[in-house]
Amino acid sequence: MKNEVTIVRKSVPPKNGDKVGKKEVIRLRNVSKHYPMGDSVVKALSHLEFKVFEGEFVAIMGPSGSGKSTAMNLVGSLDMPTYGTIYLDGEDISEFEESDLAQVRGKRIGFIFQSFNLINNLTVKENVMLPMMFQGTTFEERSDKAEELLRLVELHERMDHYPGEISGGQMQRVAIARSLANDPEVILADEPTGNLDTKTGAIVMEFLEKLNKEGKTVIMVTHDPDLAKEYADVVYWLRDGELEKVTKRNGKKFVDVTKKKKKEAHENGKK
Amino acid sequence: MKDYLILALKNLKHRGIRSWLTLLGIFIGVTAVVALMGLGSGLQAAVGAQFGVSSTQALTVQAGGLNAFGPPGSGAVNKLTRDDVEAIGKLSAIEFATPRNLETAKIEYNDVVIFSMAVSVDDAMEREMYETMDLEAAHGTMLLNDALGRVVIGNNLADGDKNGLDKDIMTGDNILVQDERFKVVGVLKKKGSFMMDSIVLMYQDDLDDLFDYGDEVDVVGVKVKSPELMDRAKEEIERLLRKRRDVDEGEEDFEVSTPDAILETVNSVLGGVKAFIVIIASISILVGALGIVNTMTTSVLERRKEIGIMKAIGGKNGQIFMQFFFESGLLGLVGGIIGAIFGTLISIAGTVAINNFIGAELSPIIDPVLIGGALLGSFIVGSVAGIVPAMNAAKQDPVEALRG
Repeated sequence: MKNEVTIVRKSVPPKNGDKVGKKEVIRLRNVSKHYPMGDSVVKALSHLEFKVFEGEFVAIMGPSGSGKSTAMNLVGSLDMPTYGTIYLDGEDISEFEESDLAQVRGKRIGFIFQSFNLINNLTVKENVMLPMMFQGTTFEERSDKAEELLRLVELHERMDHYPGEISGGQMQRVAIARSLANDPEVILADEPTGNLDTKTGAIVMEFLEKLNKEGKTVIMVTHDPDLAKEYADVVYWLRDGELEKVTKRNGKKFVDVTKKKKKEAHENGKK
Repeated sequence: MKDYLILALKNLKHRGIRSWLTLLGIFIGVTAVVALMGLGSGLQAAVGAQFGVSSTQALTVQAGGLNAFGPPGSGAVNKLTRDDVEAIGKLSAIEFATPRNLETAKIEYNDVVIFSMAVSVDDAMEREMYETMDLEAAHGTMLLNDALGRVVIGNNLADGDKNGLDKDIMTGDNILVQDERFKVVGVLKKKGSFMMDSIVLMYQDDLDDLFDYGDEVDVVGVKVKSPELMDRAKEEIERLLRKRRDVDEGEEDFEVSTPDAILETVNSVLGGVKAFIVIIASISILVGALGIVNTMTTSVLERRKEIGIMKAIGGKNGQIFMQFFFESGLLGLVGGIIGAIFGTLISIAGTVAINNFIGAELSPIIDPVLIGGALLGSFIVGSVAGIVPAMNAAKQDPVEALRG
């Protein structure tokens, strides 16, 4: 495994100025996800090769049914692949116990969802505190950190409100604050602007961009090519559960850097 | 740990009325238990007081017979005699024995007539009798030094609100007993017993003048040398009286009542009632527990998305289990708290009712240990009921759960 990592690093030289770091944070190696459905099998994702380096802004693009949600669940280690391996910080996630994985997930990945997914029974501040509680942080630390993060997303004045009392754009900013609670390396945003109008969506995107510039790795799942082109460094294009192409920013333009693969060879090797 | 309790509390605050309705079972069960124990102990005290159980060293002997409805000992066919009393007093386990007679007597005062129990005091053993019956004067004095023509009356009898005479009887007043004039020299301390609180104490000679007794004795009050000798004293008296009255064992026409025996009877009756209510309460708590299982299961299904979110942001299975487990426990606890409050209110109201009915002055027994136990119990019932739903919550697949 170590060998392979070195090879991969050689094969992807940093092209995008100083923004792309050296460290590989997430890698999917020949990952497939199949769901049984009756007698047949739905191949939601096949032979996905995916890697993200520290500090990158990566978009996973595709129409609905392209497998991007499945990809997002796998990247976020919410789900286990049917075939292939997922490495989080170089560690194979299938080697973790369920509960360790939850902890690792909570620590290394900050989730932002299309539908915000705040917990309605908890105040804005308590929502931001929750991921830290799962990591066993003391109440005082949590409280201080949550206030700090809410100040960052300019919502500290609303911290004692409940999610139902604030607007969608504000909820998504709370979700951003929550995603940062444990100071994760990676922010994983699933259609972060999908439920927002253009204007509030732009505000949310600005926050994500700012975080990326400050060094956070951002992975965004979206169906909106304009959004991907505007913010991402690397775009993975999915179609029908397969990787169609990978494009990389070069100044204002994107260049196709898709590595041609011999699918059949992998299939035989894995099955 | 504390964090999960707080989180569970927050979630409870947002629960709908349906969740609270499922608590009815726990609520009713705890109410029943707390009310019963509060009242039951009160009832026990009340019934015990009616039988005059006051000392662990005193017992009474009375002849058996047709006395079921009359004053104790008075309806017996073959009465005890003064010789019997003397013989009992000489037994080794016994310190002394005092004779007493009692009779329903006509009392007249303030131009009103009532009937009450006249009880005799032996002129040689006044103090001993007061001791065994635990009698003391609240006002005035007790009967001493052969004070003929004088009476001491029970506390309720002196009270114009309770005696049916529409007027307080004060020490120094004169009352008519069986049309004879007596001077009231003392009022007894309250005993909490319907009968004892309305007696009229007078010397044996006075009672003999009103109702001719001759040699007969209705009740023998006995003081045993020490509480441990109670059983031996009972046996000695029974052996003696069997011999004197020429009856076989098992066919006694007399009865030796020890406080233990009386309390035992009282307790066995109350115990049956208690057992019945406890069974009802248990069933109701079981139903309540099933209600909690139901509401928690529904809640887990309804909050799948929330569970998914918690898993996504790092909630371990154990942590999610804890949250639902505590939530369920707290749900039970809330039922227990409401039940304990209602149960306490019922036992207070019930005690007031008993007091009014039998003229006693009992206070409800509110036992912090019992209430604490009931609360702990309802928390445990809730938690146990929550185990399976909480396990279901913890086992949710994050991807599925996030989908809602």
